Amino acid sequence: MRNLLGEFIVELRAAGLPVSMSEHVDAARALTAIDISDRDMVKACLAATLVKNGDHMPVFSTAFDVYFSNRHASGADLGEMDEESSNADETKGDDPNATGMRGSGRSRGMGGGGGSSMSAEELAEMLFKAMQSNDMNSMRSGAREAVDRYAGMEPGRPVGGTYYLYRTLRNLDLDTLMDRLIAAGTKAEADGLEERLVKDEAKAKVEALKAAIEAEIRERLVDDRGAEALGKSVRKPLPEDIDVMHANRDEMAQLERALKPLSRKLATRLARRRRKRRRGPIDLRSTVRRSLSTGGVPIDLRFKPPHPAKPEIVVIADISGSVASFARFTLHMVHAISSQFSKVRSFVFVDGLDEVTHLFEESDDPAEAVARINSEADVIAFDGHSDYGRALLVFHEKYASTINKRTAVLILGDARNNYHQAHAEVLADLKFRARNVYWLNPEPTSYWNSGDSVIREYAPYCDKVVECRSLRQLEAFVGDLA
Amino acid sequence: MSSIDPRQELADRLGLAEVPPARFENVAEVIEKLRQNDYLSDEAIASVTFLADRLAKPVLVEGPAGTGKTALAKAVADAVGARLIRLQCYEGLDESKALYEWNYRKQLLRIQAGRSESSTEDWSALEEDIFAEEFLLTRPLLEAISATEPVVLLIDEIDRVELETEALLLEILSEYQVSIPELGTVKAKQIPMVFLTSNNTRELSEALKRRCLYLYVGYPDVERERDIIISRVPGISTALAEQIARVVRSLRNLDLKKAPSVSETLDWARTLVLLGREEIGEADAVATLHILLKYQADLEKATKELVGRGKALA
Repeated sequence: MRNLLGEFIVELRAAGLPVSMSEHVDAARALTAIDISDRDMVKACLAATLVKNGDHMPVFSTAFDVYFSNRHASGADLGEMDEESSNADETKGDDPNATGMRGSGRSRGMGGGGGSSMSAEELAEMLFKAMQSNDMNSMRSGAREAVDRYAGMEPGRPVGGTYYLYRTLRNLDLDTLMDRLIAAGTKAEADGLEERLVKDEAKAKVEALKAAIEAEIRERLVDDRGAEALGKSVRKPLPEDIDVMHANRDEMAQLERALKPLSRKLATRLARRRRKRRRGPIDLRSTVRRSLSTGGVPIDLRFKPPHPAKPEIVVIADISGSVASFARFTLHMVHAISSQFSKVRSFVFVDGLDEVTHLFEESDDPAEAVARINSEADVIAFDGHSDYGRALLVFHEKYASTINKRTAVLILGDARNNYHQAHAEVLADLKFRARNVYWLNPEPTSYWNSGDSVIREYAPYCDKVVECRSLRQLEAFVGDLA
Repeated sequence: MSSIDPRQELADRLGLAEVPPARFENVAEVIEKLRQNDYLSDEAIASVTFLADRLAKPVLVEGPAGTGKTALAKAVADAVGARLIRLQCYEGLDESKALYEWNYRKQLLRIQAGRSESSTEDWSALEEDIFAEEFLLTRPLLEAISATEPVVLLIDEIDRVELETEALLLEILSEYQVSIPELGTVKAKQIPMVFLTSNNTRELSEALKRRCLYLYVGYPDVERERDIIISRVPGISTALAEQIARVVRSLRNLDLKKAPSVSETLDWARTLVLLGREEIGEADAVATLHILLKYQADLEKATKELVGRGKALA
């Protein structure tokens, strides 16, 4: 057990969780206080001692399922299971793999029988019944059956779990299943609200089934390859470390979710820092009142809150395909903390340039404004390939007069100019007018100046050119700015 | 595995005559005792509470507002029959508000009284005298440490204090003692249970997190929320409670600025009971949604999504 814990913690650290030595000790101690044959309890216990951030829970959970897979659970009450007939009865009804499910430990309902004796229709029917009646145990055995049938898992084959998951789900036809669930749940006289509730319910159940299937696949992979190897392959980066340019759809959703709390925290931190940074003038009234309790001697001076100047920000963002998501995140974050700036103006471009500040002013939700940019901003003048030179020219012509010594200019983009003219002299003039010019480049530094990237031509006129690929880097930069 | 009982160890360090008995036998007992106090926990909550007692460690409870973080501490206090001592944190909280303060007015009086009586009084005697416990104003943290009866200490919304102020807590959280330069170290006379809550408006320091067990309390699932409604709202039917829980789940799945909290759900349930509703129709939902949602934009979005009639009714 102690070895296993050690390996598990190595895995957590590899996944980016900061687990300290003393937390390791705490976890080991906590394990002595509980019944370690209870897998749920072990999980809760390790979560409480090793993970100190709610956002890290999913990563922990995945790693836990890999290292404390049901089949190799620490408890002796789980008999070694036969890999082939994975229908073998699971003595412990409780399987916390599927998130949000807390089986009550009943024995399994139905779904026994030989491995593939069930026909596709029977399986679909069984899953449907299980989901309709909320029977977690038969749902899990259904998931097991589905994996047996459709995943076609081959020992030793070095593919990730997502491949098997995809194969299983494709064959299961979850859309039909969901439609059936909705149809079965809808009463005749249901109004719009009721319909919506039934739909959400069905959606939640299908998600639970997916989770069960994923857990099942993962367990088998652990059997096949061992925890360490699998841990590496299912390891997912923490949301703040995801590479924005190469995020897949799931990761994108994670990023979106992470962005809001991140901006909020950033704003709180900046507001605090601003308040603390300098004291204002002495507040005489308050000081005198305070001095009364010390016999009129002003021992304790009171100060008025300070009013330091806030910077103005102008964001100029490339929103062409390759860097669009990065631009969206940055715009979102800058506007989410706009209270920390005296003024924020935003411009977007591809080969034409358009101001989008009004979108953010009209809506109090930056996410919504960002979503509107795509449909409402007029950014394509010619062929729809980024042209930094032209965009800068247009910006200079129309808006250069608004740039002054309080303005920080932020340019977002990979500087891949599609072999157009760079017009770096325009940037030189902007730098002369502005307080600072920063360039955020979402590409790794090693790619800069390769191919049509002309960042080298712009760099001399920027105060800083920063590689900015993850939310963590973005947050750090924006934090320094305010 | 060498098993030193953490409670035993702490009791030795504090110099307690005997190890205080554990408050809970097992996790099931935690769940049961909390239920008796109208707090429906789940496995994670109960396990961490159990561990906190066994390991004699503080618990840091994090999660969205209104999910029962503070209520957990209250329920635990009730369940174990302990006094709840609460420290509400805010920006600018300092030592003199959280730990202790010398009652300088009383000290001044003492000095002046001494002066008028006889000027022969020895200064060192006086100094010793005015820095005695008599002149010490205990604030929540010191109070929790020096209490002789069982207490539960709740440090509420710890994320509101500045990073530097957090350091005040570290000694208490790991050693259960407070050092007062003029007096020496005050050690706990029992092992208090400590809960810290945070709404996660900023990152807490590593040092603080390391000393605590961590518990994330998110929104409950439909079944648990239904049970919470039933236990907290008298006179509600199971069917209505279930429907409320389902509506709230759907609302939380929408991308809202502020998702409805459990306490808002309870308010909504009470309203519907007062209105004498047995089930929620569209019209009722639209008319009372403002109890759950506090932003106009959210209201409009929810109305549109759930009922599908757009702004007309909002």
